[in-house]
Amino acid sequence: MPRTEPISAITPPAAGATTAPPGPAAETRPRGAGFDVLTLMCGLWLLTLAVVALVAPLLPLGEHQDSALTLAEPIYAPPDLASAHPLGTNALGLDLLARVIYGARISLVVCISAVLIGMAVGGIVGITAGYLRGKVDVVIGVLTNSLLAVPTLIMLIALASVLRPTPQNMVIALSLVAVPGMIRVARAQTLALSQREYVTVARALGARRSRVILRELLPNVALAIIPLGMIYISALIVAEASLSFLGIGIRPPQPTWGNMIAEGQDGKMEQYPFLVIVPAFFLFLTVFSFNLIGERLRKVWDTRQVKL
Amino acid sequence: MVNDVEAPRRAPRPKRARRAAGKAAQLLAVLLIVSFGTFMLSALLPGDPAVAILGEGHPPEAYEQVRQELGLNDPLLSRYVEWLSAVIRGDFGTSLIPPQSEVSSRLASAFPVSLQLAVMALILALVISIPLAMVSAYRAGGVVDRIVSAITFGILSVPSFVAGLLLIAIAVNQFELFPRAHWVRLTDSVPDNLYHAFLPVLTIALLEIPTFTRLLRSDLVNTLQEDFVLASRAKGMPSWRIMLFDAFRPSSYSIITVVGLALASLIGSTVIVETLFSLPGMGSLVVHAAGQGDLPIVQGAVLVIAVTYVVINTAVDAAYSIVDPRIRRAQN
Repeated sequence: MPRTEPISAITPPAAGATTAPPGPAAETRPRGAGFDVLTLMCGLWLLTLAVVALVAPLLPLGEHQDSALTLAEPIYAPPDLASAHPLGTNALGLDLLARVIYGARISLVVCISAVLIGMAVGGIVGITAGYLRGKVDVVIGVLTNSLLAVPTLIMLIALASVLRPTPQNMVIALSLVAVPGMIRVARAQTLALSQREYVTVARALGARRSRVILRELLPNVALAIIPLGMIYISALIVAEASLSFLGIGIRPPQPTWGNMIAEGQDGKMEQYPFLVIVPAFFLFLTVFSFNLIGERLRKVWDTRQVKL
Repeated sequence: MVNDVEAPRRAPRPKRARRAAGKAAQLLAVLLIVSFGTFMLSALLPGDPAVAILGEGHPPEAYEQVRQELGLNDPLLSRYVEWLSAVIRGDFGTSLIPPQSEVSSRLASAFPVSLQLAVMALILALVISIPLAMVSAYRAGGVVDRIVSAITFGILSVPSFVAGLLLIAIAVNQFELFPRAHWVRLTDSVPDNLYHAFLPVLTIALLEIPTFTRLLRSDLVNTLQEDFVLASRAKGMPSWRIMLFDAFRPSSYSIITVVGLALASLIGSTVIVETLFSLPGMGSLVVHAAGQGDLPIVQGAVLVIAVTYVVINTAVDAAYSIVDPRIRRAQN
């Protein structure tokens, strides 16, 4: 039985689906009007965060990891923008600003690499399945469904129970989460696109299969996959943070947003709310920005209703 | 598997039967692959399991004996078949970490808790999202619509462990409205159970409300532009009647699907909430086992969750084509 439309049209819930399929007439706003002040601010936030995370070792930040160096520092210092610890310190006197920035470094590097791997692998496999159809499609479909059968977090936890929680292993585990969703969207997109006139024209003109895939299909499939990638980055950031929050992801003393938020458990949060608020705020803004930009890109690049 | 499919009695419809058979075969393949992947988890473990069990510094014969006992010297495939046949009989082995109880009994006591949380969270999410979606769709693009869409978009970006921590900080520690870290089984006391389950259920529901609201809203907006709605309006029906009796049913198909899928994925995804609120469900079972390296429990739980997911997913697929006449016609 072919997948019914509403199922194939959405990103699979197992991978932390965040969006509803846009109905044909759901959005009445004109195309291109999607980029407003909010989107701009989200973009600026991500850009700033990325740059700061990139050059973190060069910045005059406090100590983020080695508590042996912070014996003289105050513990649980409340945030005070004028002091040496603008966002406060934690139980070991480590600087929270430095920790969120180094946390961003890990989160962004791990999740963006995982999504890039997922996009590359999922895109290629999905286009292949959608273009070749037949047995290849069935086999790929079964493999995709097998990956989707285990909910994201459970799969990550299961892998975390046997793999060491290094950033490299995190990338592998997280890309396994991103791949099946990418395959589905790339496949669905290819199925729709291969009926289009320009593909028929290319074939009629005698283009080889590889040329049709690379020159005609790939650019248009990419338009669907890149916005999904943005949304996946935010889902993976949450998944990674959840794992380290549960204590089975990347472990302290290496800071991540998840294990920083975990420091506020057991009543510490009531006494020192900034312990949780600082990383949670960064996490929220980043996830929100990726979601918003992904959503806007998807609206702007929606090729399904474009003629030719 | 092919033989299980009942051939239609009268007019033979080979296409349909073949499709059903193909579907069943694919389902079986998915289950086999998932079970193999679960089994292979043990192969991913770093180091020699014999060394992990005995510790270092023993003579090589001792390690060899342990390996023999565990069957580690047998070929992989025969070990898998043996494991799978035990699992099918309901024997998931015993846990490695004390208390060394049967994995199947641990799973049996954890599963109902997760199932209850997931079902209650979905009901709560629907109770909140359906009116929200209706109010937004009533004047699409209006002030209410934009406020609702901004709020749901914001909630979408709050990870559930942050939401849970905030709810605990406010409702439990600040105002002491709810208890924390206790679970009363539904069979012991229904009101107590509901009282204890409320906050965790709300945390999980928050996760689903944005998806449900946005999906139903966009479907409603589409339906409201149909001719039969216009006809009802022309007859002078009040808006609430049109919304409830004309527009809701045709708009509810995709949300039915999504609710079904959410139920399937929630049974495993309540991990965070179960850990935060110390609830004895599947999620906290897996997390504890994973933290201690108790592989049989992890394998058993993953398998049970995956099978549940696949079964519900298939049921939803089937139900969907029964409920929505348009799909049924398209398939025949």
